[in-house]
Order: sequence, then structure tokens, then C-alpha cells
Amino acid sequence: MNLTLKIWRQKNASDKGKMVDYKINDVSPDMSFLEMLDVLNTELIEKGDDPVAFDHDCREGICGMCSLYINGEAHGPDRGITTCQLHMRKFKDGDTIYIEPFRAKAFPVIKDLVVDRSSFDRVQHAGGFISVNTSGNTQDANAIPINKHDADASFDAATCIGCGACVASCKNSSAMLFVSAKVSQFALLPQGQVEATDRVLNMVKQMDEEGFGNCTNTGACEVECPKGISLENIARMNREFLNASLKG
Amino acid sequence: MSGFLKSSIGRKIAMALSALFLMIFLLQHFAINITSVFSESLFNELSHFMGTNPVVQFALQPILIFGVIFHFVMGFVLEIKNKGARNVKYVKNHGAANSSWMSRNMIWSGLVILAFIVLHFIDFWFPEINHKYIEFLPEDPNRYYHEVVEKFHSPIRVGAYVVAFVLLAMHLLHGFSSAFQSVGANNKYTRGLKGFGKAYAILIPLGFIFIALFHHINGH
Repeated sequence: MNLTLKIWRQKNASDKGKMVDYKINDVSPDMSFLEMLDVLNTELIEKGDDPVAFDHDCREGICGMCSLYINGEAHGPDRGITTCQLHMRKFKDGDTIYIEPFRAKAFPVIKDLVVDRSSFDRVQHAGGFISVNTSGNTQDANAIPINKHDADASFDAATCIGCGACVASCKNSSAMLFVSAKVSQFALLPQGQVEATDRVLNMVKQMDEEGFGNCTNTGACEVECPKGISLENIARMNREFLNASLKG
Repeated sequence: MSGFLKSSIGRKIAMALSALFLMIFLLQHFAINITSVFSESLFNELSHFMGTNPVVQFALQPILIFGVIFHFVMGFVLEIKNKGARNVKYVKNHGAANSSWMSRNMIWSGLVILAFIVLHFIDFWFPEINHKYIEFLPEDPNRYYHEVVEKFHSPIRVGAYVVAFVLLAMHLLHGFSSAFQSVGANNKYTRGLKGFGKAYAILIPLGFIFIALFHHINGH
């Protein structure tokens, strides 16, 4: 199929950037979206143009590296997938496709479609961990009884790959789905209780300092999340935060 | 406490608590107003009680006014902060694909409700304050019903009330369940709560519209 691509081009972080039109022909419906961009880049390089910079790594939907805001949605129009798993069969011959970077003040553009998501790392460093003695006397985690429901809910939260689709989709650029998943995965387990108060207070503080917006419960993040992280995690984080604030 | 209110989640919880308070007030306001459809004397009696009881006038009324102002001011503060969290807008954004119109436009429905409250204050609250505390006019416990009927003579006023209550319904369609989510209540009762919230969001504003139309038609 033949397509028109409208792609955000920006030379560097300080460049203003603009949308540029590209024509691409003979696209196979079996290509992944990133493979289609690879073909475009090959053509651009052959013409001596600068290829379009975009993030990618595993191309298996598990690393959280690929991004892109495609036709107004994070990771494109499909559900429960990252951009690398989006296939060109989801589009029609003659379509015009808008391709933009994930937009948020806390995700500044580095070049073209590549954004800096290290604000997520800093939030994680602020409390998204448990302290375990690894001197050789570490207790086997399986020796601690945990009810199945909590274990499953914790695992579901832990499947968050930190791609940032929640921030990109939210009209407020809020990171609460990401942060709540990282809070929840520990809050639901006994190992997470020891540092629970500091964890939620410090992670929320860091989230606010990074300049993410405030959640207004539109639910867009949950719909666009490639891992189906539930809004229940945000409610849990709100409870954790309230409890932690009352404790001081 | 000021630290709590400076945090994103603290503000979200405060916003939700003020919303829950206002929704309880709205239900109480409706319960009194609907009596005007059935019984002139009961409406007058209830209005006279609310208008003269010192607990209502000097304790509950200031709390209510604070709640209304807090909800609006915090709403604006959050909207400005949220707008600033995305400094470059998307060229193409397909919001309808993942969220409801109501949830994305709470600020606009809120602004219409704010405009309505200003009109409502000019219509009822300012004359009431003037009557009781400025001009100290003689108290007639039977004046309330006639004042209401007289106000709803004007088709323009009734039209404005109808528009405002449609927007209020839209605001509540998102706001009711959103308030519970914000205070951390997302559990096995959520589905039932959402259903109840939708019923509340539609029936209460519809009830207010019915009262306005009833007096408009009946008064002619």
C-alpha cells in the first residue's frame, strides 16, 4: 500500500521542530510499524537525507523503549501493544499517518521522535525498590506466605514496562499510572511494607518535581497502556499516600 | 497539611472531598426544592427553617460557601498546572479514542456551572441576604413559594437554568465516580458505585429542570 506520513522532525532539543510530509510506496501489510520506518529511513539515507530518529530496542513488546504518538494515540490505534507490535495491516492504502513524539514537559524531545524519559528513572530511584540483605542469609521469598489475589495483583502492576504511554495519552501529562504501578507492586507484598511510607511519599514528591501533571481520572492511560495496567493502582496509590501523609 | 495540599495527590483528594460535600448539599437542596411541586406550605416551612435557623445560617452556610469557592479555585489551579505539563501540543490528538468528552472537559462544564451559580446568587441569595441582614425587612414565613414562582416566570431564566443543569449532569457523570477513585475507593463496590453515580448525575439535575419547568408552566 501507498501512504503519506506526517512526521515530527526536530534537529535537537533546542530546535523548534515541525511536521514534514513523506510519501512511502509498496508498504507490505505484514510489516511492523517500525519496519515501515526502517524502509523510509533506508530511502532517506539513499537520497542523502537525515534519517528519522526514533526509539526502539527489543521489538518484542517487553522492553518499553519504543514510543510514538500515531494518529493521535500512544502506540497507535491498536490495544494492548507497543508500537513495535503494531502492524501495517491496521492501516489502509492511501492513508495519511501522523507520527509525533510522546509529548510532556517531563519528556523533552532529544531529536525527531526520540524523547528523554529519564524522569521515570528518577521517580523509580526515589523509592521504587525494597532493601534486602544480600550478605548470604537472604530469606527465600517463596518462604513467605502471600495470598494468591495479592500476588497476582502485584505481578500485574509489575508488568509495567515504563514506556510512558500513560503520560503521552493523559491530557494532563500525568504519570500517576506509572508511579502507581511501581508503588503497588511493592505495596501488595509483605516485603514492601517496611519502606511503604517513605516509598509513596518520596516517589510522589519526585513525580511532582519532574513536572508531570495531575490525574483527573479520565482513564485514557488505562486504555492506551500496552500492558493493561489498571486504574485500581492509582486508587491504591492515593490510599497509600493518604495513609503515609497521616503517619507523617 | 500545607505540604499535603501542595502535592498532586493531596490536591486531588481535597478536590474529591469538596466534590463529595457539594454532591451531598445538592441532594439536600433538591429534597427541599421538590416539595415546592407538591406542597406550598411544606416548601415555605422548610425554606423558613433553612433561612432562619442559626446553625444553618451561621455554621453550615459559611462552610458551604467555602466548599464552593475551594472547589472552583482548586479546579482552576489544577487546570493551569496541568496545561503547563505539556508545553508543546500534539498536532493530531484522538482523545475520543480513550476517554469520555465529559472527563476531558470538566473545566468547561465547571465554568458554565460557575456562571450559573453567579446567576443563582443574583436571583435568590443576594435578595435573601438583603432581606434579612441589610434592610431587616419584616419576616413573612409564607413568602418563599411566591418568590420561586415569580422567578420562574421568565423563559430566559428557565432556559439558562435548563442549560446549566444539563452541563451539571455532564460534570457529575464524570465527577461522581471520579471523586471516589480520587479518595482511593476502587474495589468490588466500584461497579455499583458507578451505576449509582450515573443515576445521581442524571436524575438530580433532571429533577431541578423539572421543578423550574413546572413552576414556569404552572405560573402562567
